[in-house]
Amino acid sequence: MKARVFVTLKSGVLDPQGKAIHHALEGLGFAGVNDVRAGKLIELDLAEGTPHAAIEDMCRKLLANTVIENFRIEQAD
Amino acid sequence: MKSAVVVFPGSNCDRDLAVAFEQVGGTKPALIWHADTELPAGLDVIGVPGGFSYGDYLRSGAMAARSPVMRAVADAAGHGVPVIGICNGFQILTEAGLLPGVLMRNAELAYICRPVDLVVENSRSLFTSGYAAGERITVPIAHHDGNYQADADTLDRLDGDGRVAFRYADRCNGSARNIAGIVNADGNVLGMMPHPERALEPAHGNTDGRRLFEGLFEKVGV
Repeated sequence: MKARVFVTLKSGVLDPQGKAIHHALEGLGFAGVNDVRAGKLIELDLAEGTPHAAIEDMCRKLLANTVIENFRIEQAD
Repeated sequence: MKSAVVVFPGSNCDRDLAVAFEQVGGTKPALIWHADTELPAGLDVIGVPGGFSYGDYLRSGAMAARSPVMRAVADAAGHGVPVIGICNGFQILTEAGLLPGVLMRNAELAYICRPVDLVVENSRSLFTSGYAAGERITVPIAHHDGNYQADADTLDRLDGDGRVAFRYADRCNGSARNIAGIVNADGNVLGMMPHPERALEPAHGNTDGRRLFEGLFEKVGV
């Protein structure tokens, strides 16, 4: 089974990389971009039957730093 | 004096920190590999050096913080052994939960490598007793992820409890409240982004970092 973990900065946390991307998009002439936030996508290939709680545990213990990041798990069978 | 410096794959200031410990403390520290599960008994000081442990993969310090040796470091810290984490060492200590907050990408996104002025916020800590409170010192920085951030409550607590050890005299990497170094609640764990081990002897052009080690080793009774 596969799972995708999306790690994103919590709202209110300054995102210097997102800001730089935003700035670069504007530099390329793309108008109407209000804001950019950059995050990470981590794809996990897991043993069948891995419980959701175990994936959450992985996120809390390593994949996300919950001081500044949120995570969202998408499971696909 | 019995000290140790932890070495991770990608550490690159381990030697400099070991030299600082040896020059000021008088004995060579043990170098402890990241995969070791135990530290030598009876350590007076543990150093977590700068560098790019595990290539800064995932987040700076994230991998090193979960390595076997860090469980031993956390255990020793819990028993009151002084731990000093410099640069990547600071990042590792926050990722390991031994210090609050996080070190994010510098606000201007640039890697900054230059001497900066610091204000010693208090001289009561184990690590700042070699300085006068309010003293301005110059210490080199060299980092990409030194932008210290924590929630407002944590920052207030750090300020209120006198746990900010060093502050940048001028805005430098976007750090909240210009924080350059903090200690834990028990006062035996310090994390700082600037490199005092690079300002140790006249050949470095500046010896302001030396007094950190002198003060620390005096405090631990060596």
